[in-house]
Amino acid sequence: MLHKPSIAMAALLAVSFGAQAAADADLAAIRSQIDEMKRTYEQRIAALENKLAQAEADAKAKSLAPAAASPVGTDRPATAAVAAAAPTSASAFNPEVSLILQGQYVNSKDIPNRSISGFWPNQLDNQRGFSINETELVIGGGIDPYWRGQAIFAIQDDEVGVEEAWFQSLAIGHGVGVKGGRYRSGIGYLNQQHPHQWDFANAPLMYLAMFGPEASFREDGVQLKWLAPTSMFLEFGAETGRGASYPGTDSNKNGVGAWAFYAHLGDDFGVANSWRTGLSYLRTSADNREAELYDINGVPAQATFNGNTDTWLADFVWKWSPDGNPKYQNFKFQSEYFWRQDKGDLSCTGLGTACDPLAAGDVVSGNYNTRQRGWYAQGVFQFTPEWRAGLRYDQLDSGVQDLGPNAGNLVVEDYRPKRATAMVDYSWSEFSRLRLQFAQDKSMLGVTDNQWILQYIMSLGAHGAHRF
Amino acid sequence: MIKFLMTMLLATASLPGLAALQIFATVPEWGALAREIGGDKVSVFTATTALQDPHRIQARPSLLAQARRADLVVATGADLEVGWLPLVLRDSGNANIQPGRPGYFEAARFVTMLAVPVVLDRSQGDMHAAGNPHVQLDPRNLFRIGEALALRLGEIDPPNAQAYLAGYQAFAGKWQAAIARWEKEALPLRGVPVLAHHDSFVYLANWLGFKTTGTLEPKPGIEPTSGQLSSLVARQQNVPAKMVLRTAYQSDGPSLWIAEKAGIPAVLLPFTVGGTAEAGDLTGLFDDTVRRLLKGLH
Repeated sequence: MLHKPSIAMAALLAVSFGAQAAADADLAAIRSQIDEMKRTYEQRIAALENKLAQAEADAKAKSLAPAAASPVGTDRPATAAVAAAAPTSASAFNPEVSLILQGQYVNSKDIPNRSISGFWPNQLDNQRGFSINETELVIGGGIDPYWRGQAIFAIQDDEVGVEEAWFQSLAIGHGVGVKGGRYRSGIGYLNQQHPHQWDFANAPLMYLAMFGPEASFREDGVQLKWLAPTSMFLEFGAETGRGASYPGTDSNKNGVGAWAFYAHLGDDFGVANSWRTGLSYLRTSADNREAELYDINGVPAQATFNGNTDTWLADFVWKWSPDGNPKYQNFKFQSEYFWRQDKGDLSCTGLGTACDPLAAGDVVSGNYNTRQRGWYAQGVFQFTPEWRAGLRYDQLDSGVQDLGPNAGNLVVEDYRPKRATAMVDYSWSEFSRLRLQFAQDKSMLGVTDNQWILQYIMSLGAHGAHRF
Repeated sequence: MIKFLMTMLLATASLPGLAALQIFATVPEWGALAREIGGDKVSVFTATTALQDPHRIQARPSLLAQARRADLVVATGADLEVGWLPLVLRDSGNANIQPGRPGYFEAARFVTMLAVPVVLDRSQGDMHAAGNPHVQLDPRNLFRIGEALALRLGEIDPPNAQAYLAGYQAFAGKWQAAIARWEKEALPLRGVPVLAHHDSFVYLANWLGFKTTGTLEPKPGIEPTSGQLSSLVARQQNVPAKMVLRTAYQSDGPSLWIAEKAGIPAVLLPFTVGGTAEAGDLTGLFDDTVRRLLKGLH
């Protein structure tokens, strides 16, 4: 007894239940009878709908595949080879569109020229009170059987920025993947993640030190990846491109401005643990990278760097959940370490009487060589489906800063910036989250900034998959 | 670097082909079905276990490594794996298993979907536009899925096409007898009202004729709230459910709470292969499901 007959049977049985109920005279019975009738009709309608769908599918099967084999069973519909349902998946929304809403309330010290002491001065965010972060619009989809495309637009008050806009190969095979356009580089672990995927309201200090306020190395270029045919995850990647983001600069020239290479290794450890580790190398070149420094008399001076930057990154991520089911409880640990060398020439351009003993407007140029490093480690525990809590510790080391002939002109701080952060967040569903974060930030020499951040992250529309 | 990659690429291409067809099953039921049909002609990797919520799987590195080597991906479809599978497929560098290619198989395409939403709105919870994706719990669906899978296996691996068809026929013969047995055993379940943690048993209820009168989740994918649980207990006065069902991967707290307040049994069903010790294969899955439901009734 299979599909069609059993539905008919169900309807029949339901009818006979209705008939029995009618035999009893008391009020409760009548009430339940009405209920039963309602359900009966619902079932009959459902059964009829099923029959109709079945008949349609059968007719389609007969017209399309008259020779469809029906090796076993006589009352089984011979439609196995025909897709009954319409093509489904996220591509039903073609293209997939989603919008990320993110905003925050910040309580911190007012530091207009916020930067990290001992490191190349990149202007960091000092916005306090209520504000919205970038609103991200994500549009993606299959282009054809060979390519997929995605663009992420970051919308701010008076501008729309193209965060990412890339195409990705689907049909090369042999483990090879090609990506081209503007994308977040595959180096490190956090680099590819957008702010709404972060486990804390802001980026680790080391990402700010490495890549400036965007906390990610973005590239206009091409990426080639190869996944080894091994049972353990082993992936190699190479990228080259314009290299316009810090620590590189945009130099309008033929050829390329940056190279990146990386290898990732990962696997499961039992059913409850999975991990990934990686090693990355990034070379960028800077052409007149400028910053405001101070000379030994405290007078502002302009420093200009020309040269190459080599960045090495090591990353490790470990995720645990009971039985490998992260829904109710899970733990995530991640840590990254970087080492970076700036090598080239530094020029000090006098503003006023800076870069003494030369006259105002003169330039002192010479060797420049810094070797700096830093790391962070964080752990986030989800203890119920809704609640998570996490701790993070950041530390950097300004390391060796050899300014050559400018050592007597410019002041650079020898400092170890530190920050400790704690957060707790609540998620109503996978699509909405509210986070409270406290940090004691000692990233600036002589300043202890106690920061409170209340942040929301909401996403609507197509729900894209997230990376490990 | 490029030269190195090319060398590695050539080295891979010249490796001797692996004997068995490599199958990547997203959930245990399709892994089990592929084993029934493919026998020793296939080597099956199952990406998840019965103790893992199939909606909440992460794109783990090990899954990428397995997808890279797969000849065929057997997925449920209907957006069940939307949170991780698309990413795994795209980043696998495996052209053969991309959607639309013969190496990508979606079971839900071959059955009549139930609970297809009329209106798509996330305010109604985590909805599946194509309908409820838990199609494996109506064993009759496995005929259509199994036959389509056997044909697909034959398409990818033509020398063994006959073996796959024979494997399917052997399975179908066994399956038909088993279904007749289960339907007979489960007759007392007809019309029985039950509660469920999540809409996991729509197809099972449709097959056996029991009725899900409420879910502990207020909306699909939203955790049970105390308000929802209390209202279900209050409803017991008028619509008395006989038991409360959950899967092996769902937390037992809400079910046990209702069970205690309403004085009805909380029944854990295996949901898929491996969900209980007895559900070691597809036959065991339904044997144990029917047995546990009947036990809950008495």
